[in-house]
Amino acid sequence: MSLENGKSTSVLTRVMTQRRFQATLILPLIILLIDLVIHLNLPNKQSFTTTRYYPALLEILIIIYSAILIFSTKVRRLYERLLEKAPLLMAVFMLVEIWDVVTLKLKLLPLPYFPGPDKVLNALFTDWSLLGLSTLYSLRLLFTGYIIGALIGLVAGILMGWSKKWNYWITPLLKVIGPVPAIAWIPIALVVFPTSFWASVFIIAIAVWFPVAVMTSSGIANVQNAYFEVAKTLGATQKYLIFKVAIPAASPTIFIGLFMGMGSSFLTLIVAEMLGVKAGLGWYLTWAQGWADYSKVYASLIVVSVIFSSLITLIFTIKDRVLIWQRGLIKW
Amino acid sequence: MVSERGLGGSINVQNVRRVFKDVGGKEIVALDKVDLDVRPGELVSLIGPSGCGKSTLLRMIAGLDYPDQGALYLDDERITGPHFTRGLVFQDPTLFPWLNIHDNVATGLVARRIPRDQRLQVMDYLKLVGLEGFEKSYPHELSGGMAQRAALARALVNQPKVLLLDEPLGALDAFTRMTMQDEIIKIWQERGTTMILVTHDIDEAIYLSDRIIVMTSRPGKIQEVIEVPLGRPRERNHPDFLLLRSKILEILHFAKEGESLSYYL
Repeated sequence: MSLENGKSTSVLTRVMTQRRFQATLILPLIILLIDLVIHLNLPNKQSFTTTRYYPALLEILIIIYSAILIFSTKVRRLYERLLEKAPLLMAVFMLVEIWDVVTLKLKLLPLPYFPGPDKVLNALFTDWSLLGLSTLYSLRLLFTGYIIGALIGLVAGILMGWSKKWNYWITPLLKVIGPVPAIAWIPIALVVFPTSFWASVFIIAIAVWFPVAVMTSSGIANVQNAYFEVAKTLGATQKYLIFKVAIPAASPTIFIGLFMGMGSSFLTLIVAEMLGVKAGLGWYLTWAQGWADYSKVYASLIVVSVIFSSLITLIFTIKDRVLIWQRGLIKW
Repeated sequence: MVSERGLGGSINVQNVRRVFKDVGGKEIVALDKVDLDVRPGELVSLIGPSGCGKSTLLRMIAGLDYPDQGALYLDDERITGPHFTRGLVFQDPTLFPWLNIHDNVATGLVARRIPRDQRLQVMDYLKLVGLEGFEKSYPHELSGGMAQRAALARALVNQPKVLLLDEPLGALDAFTRMTMQDEIIKIWQERGTTMILVTHDIDEAIYLSDRIIVMTSRPGKIQEVIEVPLGRPRERNHPDFLLLRSKILEILHFAKEGESLSYYL
C-alpha cells in the first residue's frame, strides 16, 4: 500500500517537473518563431529593401535550436546546460526582436544611425572581405604589440620584484611613464617610427607594459619568504629561486597583470587605428562612419566584440591551465 | 634503499651571540654565549619559553640566520649559509602549492640538478612517510598531517646529515601529533640522521629526545641540559617519564620544587 503510494507520487513529481522543464526549454523556440512571423508579416516603416539575411538567420537558429532540443532529451548534460541557458537565450532573442520592431517595423529611431538587424547582417555579409582583412590587420598589430609589451613588462617586473637595484632604477620610469595614457604617445610615435604599424606596436606595447610590470613586480615582491628559505635549505640556486619559486608563486598576480594589459591593449588598438593607422577594425569603424553607413559600424562592432571576447576567453583558459594548482584555492 | 644508517653529522655551536633591533632601535639579545655539541645520530630537543631564541638558534644551524659573534660547525666545517646537508622542516609545511606532492618532494633533487633517472627515490620517501598514492595530489588537497609528512619527505630526500625540525607538529591535533612522533622516531632509528627539534611541548621533547636543552629568555641562554635516560619505545605515562616532566617544569618555573610531582600526577 505505502509502497504503491510512494511510487505514484514519484511518478507524479517526475511528470510535473518534466512539464515545467519543457516549458522553459521551448520558450526560446517560440520567441524565435514569433520573431520570424513578425518580421515577415508586419509592414516596414523604414524604407529599406529587405533581404533574406535576417529571416534566414532566424530560420537557421530555429533549426539548430530544435536539433539541440531533440538531442537534449537523450544527453543529460546537454539537457541541464540547456535548461540553465534557456532563459538567457530567450531574452537575447526577444531583444533582437525589439530591435527589429523599433527600427525597421515602427521607425521609432532616426536613420541612418539606427538600422535594423537585417541591414546590419547585410553589411556583415556583403562587406566580409574588407571586414575580414581589417580584422587580420588588427590582430597582427594587437599580437605584435601585446607580446612585445607583455615580455618587456614581465622582464621589468621580475627584475623589479627580485632586485633592489633594478627596482631603484625602473620604478621612477614606471611612475613617470606608466600613468600617461598610451594613446597620448601617438603624435610622437608617428614621427619617431618609420611606419604607422610600428608606431602603433610601440603604443600598444606601452599600454601593456605598465600593468604587467606593476603586477609582476608586486607579485614577486610579495612571495612568502618561507618558500625561498625552504628552497635554499634544499639546495636551490639563485636561478632556481627566480624561475621555480618566485615566478610560479607570483603567477596568479602576473595573470591579473596580463589580463589588465589585454584590456588596455584593446582600447589602444582601436584608438590608434581610428587616429593614425590606415587599416584595421578601428579604421573601418571611422571609415564607415565617414560614409554615414551605420550598418557597417554595427557590423564592425559585432566583429570587435566577438574577437575581443574570444581573446579574453583564451587568456582565461590559459590561466586555468597554468594555475590548475589553484583550483579550490583562489578565484578571480 | 632509503635506510642508510650512519648518515648523521655532528653540530658544534661555539659561543654564539645574536642581537636583534626592535622597532625603536633598541637592542634585544636573542642569544648569548650559547655553546652546544650535538653528536652524530643524536636526537636533541630545544625547549623553552617563547623569545628564548630556540628558533633563532635552529635557523642559524640551517644557515638562514647569522651569529653576531661565535660560530657554528657541521662536522668541523663552518656553517656560512643554507646547504642541502642541513634539512629544515617548519611548523607550516610550506609545500609549494603549484607543484604536486611528488614534485614537491623532488624539489631538492631538481634544485641540485640530480638527473631525472636518479630521482626514483622520491617514491621510496613518499612510501616512508605513508603518502603512496598521493603523489599526483596538490598540497591544498592534503590534511595538515599529510602535508607535514610530505614536508618531512621533501627534507629527507636530500639525505641530510642533520634534520632541523622547527615545531614541526605544533599545528597538528593531539592524535595526529602522537602518530607523527612515532614516525619521526621510526625514521630517526632507521636512518641515523642527527635531529634537532625545537618544541614547546615538554611531553614531545621527553618522548623523542636523547637530550633536552632547556633555554631561558632575555637573553636567550642554555639553562640546563637534561639527559633522557629512558629506553625506547617510551611510555608516555611511565613514572620516570612523569618525573622528568615535573623536573623540566621546575626548571622553567612552572612548578615549585618538592610539590610538583603529586601536583602533576
